[in-house]
Amino acid sequence: MLRYALKRLLSLLISLAIASVVIFAVIEIAPGDPASFMLGLNAQPDTVAALRTELGLDVSKAQRYLNWVGGMLTGDFGTSYTYRTPVGGMIRDRIWVSLPLALYALTLSTLIAFPVGIYAAARRGKPGDLTVMGATQLGIAVPNFWFAMMLVLIFAINLRWFSAGGFAGWDEGAAAALKSLTLPAIALALPQSAILARVMRSSLLDILGEDFMRTARAKGLSRRQALFRHGLRNALIPVLTIIGMQFAFLLAGGIIIEQVFFLPGLGRLIFQSISARDLIVVESVVMLLVFLVIMVNFVVDLAYAAVDPRLRART
Amino acid sequence: MTLSRTILFGGLLSSLIVTAALLSFLWTPYDITQLDIPNKLQTPSATHWFGTDHFGRDIFSMIMVGARTSLAVALVAVGIGMGLGVPLGLWAASRQGGWTDEIIMRGNDLIFAFPSLVIAILITAILGPGAINAIIAIGIFNIPVFARLTRAGALPLWQREFILAARVAGKSPARISLEHILPNVANLLIVQGTIQFSLGILAEAGLSYVGLGAQPPTPSWGRMLADAQTMVAFAPHLALIPGLAIVSAVLGLNLLGDGLRDHLDPKIRVMRA
Repeated sequence: MLRYALKRLLSLLISLAIASVVIFAVIEIAPGDPASFMLGLNAQPDTVAALRTELGLDVSKAQRYLNWVGGMLTGDFGTSYTYRTPVGGMIRDRIWVSLPLALYALTLSTLIAFPVGIYAAARRGKPGDLTVMGATQLGIAVPNFWFAMMLVLIFAINLRWFSAGGFAGWDEGAAAALKSLTLPAIALALPQSAILARVMRSSLLDILGEDFMRTARAKGLSRRQALFRHGLRNALIPVLTIIGMQFAFLLAGGIIIEQVFFLPGLGRLIFQSISARDLIVVESVVMLLVFLVIMVNFVVDLAYAAVDPRLRART
Repeated sequence: MTLSRTILFGGLLSSLIVTAALLSFLWTPYDITQLDIPNKLQTPSATHWFGTDHFGRDIFSMIMVGARTSLAVALVAVGIGMGLGVPLGLWAASRQGGWTDEIIMRGNDLIFAFPSLVIAILITAILGPGAINAIIAIGIFNIPVFARLTRAGALPLWQREFILAARVAGKSPARISLEHILPNVANLLIVQGTIQFSLGILAEAGLSYVGLGAQPPTPSWGRMLADAQTMVAFAPHLALIPGLAIVSAVLGLNLLGDGLRDHLDPKIRVMRA
């Protein structure tokens, strides 16, 4: 296990290193100099030069890359070109919207998908199963931001149960904050739960065909008992991997949903920074999201290997 | 062998969208570049089947032309994924266990590890919004899908007798890959191509929605939704119709892909991101 963990850790570090180089390079090829952009067309050359020095843009590319990575490792994400405030602080404010939203959506998605997937597997080929499979096909095809707009139309505009957008803030109490995250979380969760329910179903069906399930039935357990006592536990392994991947997806996918609901999360920060050409913010937020996604996948891989020893032997 | 209902329904939906897109080159009910402000925000009626938008443009015509954008972006993105991914997968399989194989597969893992949406946004934000950059951003993430699938399909084939015979006959690995391996993994690729095509339509819609896809005046379903957002309270059809167009296209292609998979070979497994 230790050997496997170390091997995965090494590939994690390589992934992060390459990711940081790629993101840095993409930002570098962006046309335009941030200092001249900030000062406008009529800026004096020496003012621009002074600002370049202040922003740390007057050193070589390699040095800038090292400063950026080194800064992030010590928690310093640079200074925003537009707001002249530390990017780290801007991220800290907004991650308390994006992260809870992803967790909320993940919880909902799991709570929906588990019973639905189990139900469909238990009724394989019967009308109940076919209905579920049809509904999940539809769920996969629905773009979550459009679904979000429909939720706003129904529950905010017509029924007035929720506000159409904005975020109450955690200072107003957890209930108010969670309420403003509810529609966004449902919009993110339902299409994901369609995928998860299908994985749950097919994973259970694979297990139901195993010899030990036949043994369980042979020793007198009912279909139901066998399913819950022996089937579910074994079917969970692939499902957990998908849940991990979904968390990563929800974190990244949230950035479009945040646009629909005007939530002050990382997604809005990225889009605002893109239009203000505040590239240091874009660079750092994207790197942070990539880091979180890669970390989640790493943890899932380790958890997977911990419960399934066959996987360790294979790699 | 008769075609399943899944294939028929999926095929019907997909061909409906494709026909609408192709037909839009020759004919649309109204000219979508023509503004008709007095007739703005009309609900669906006999004269405007899907109603009109805030500029009085016919939504039915815009959906037809928008289908063009969605299909073109997704199709070319699949083309990029196949064009680069399939050769890489074939190459990796022909050098199984060697360092070429290792490098190609680790490269694929790396691209897979990235959150595709975030990177697509980064690429289009830096290179500038537009259909071409959206295609590149979506296409890059199709490459590892096809490379992995091709390699996985090709590896067991390399153990078969007919490949051994071809090697004994003195054919090079490249020629064997092209003449014997590729035709045998083609089914897999067609099915995966259909799925990636539908994912591409979803991705394009998302990018256009946030303003990073096709730019005005090119109509796109995603941008129609973005425009509709502020008007959803008093003109819900503006948001409803483009969304249903996206759902039909994606659902049609997904059903077609699933149906084809069962039809061509019930044993094969398709990866779903």
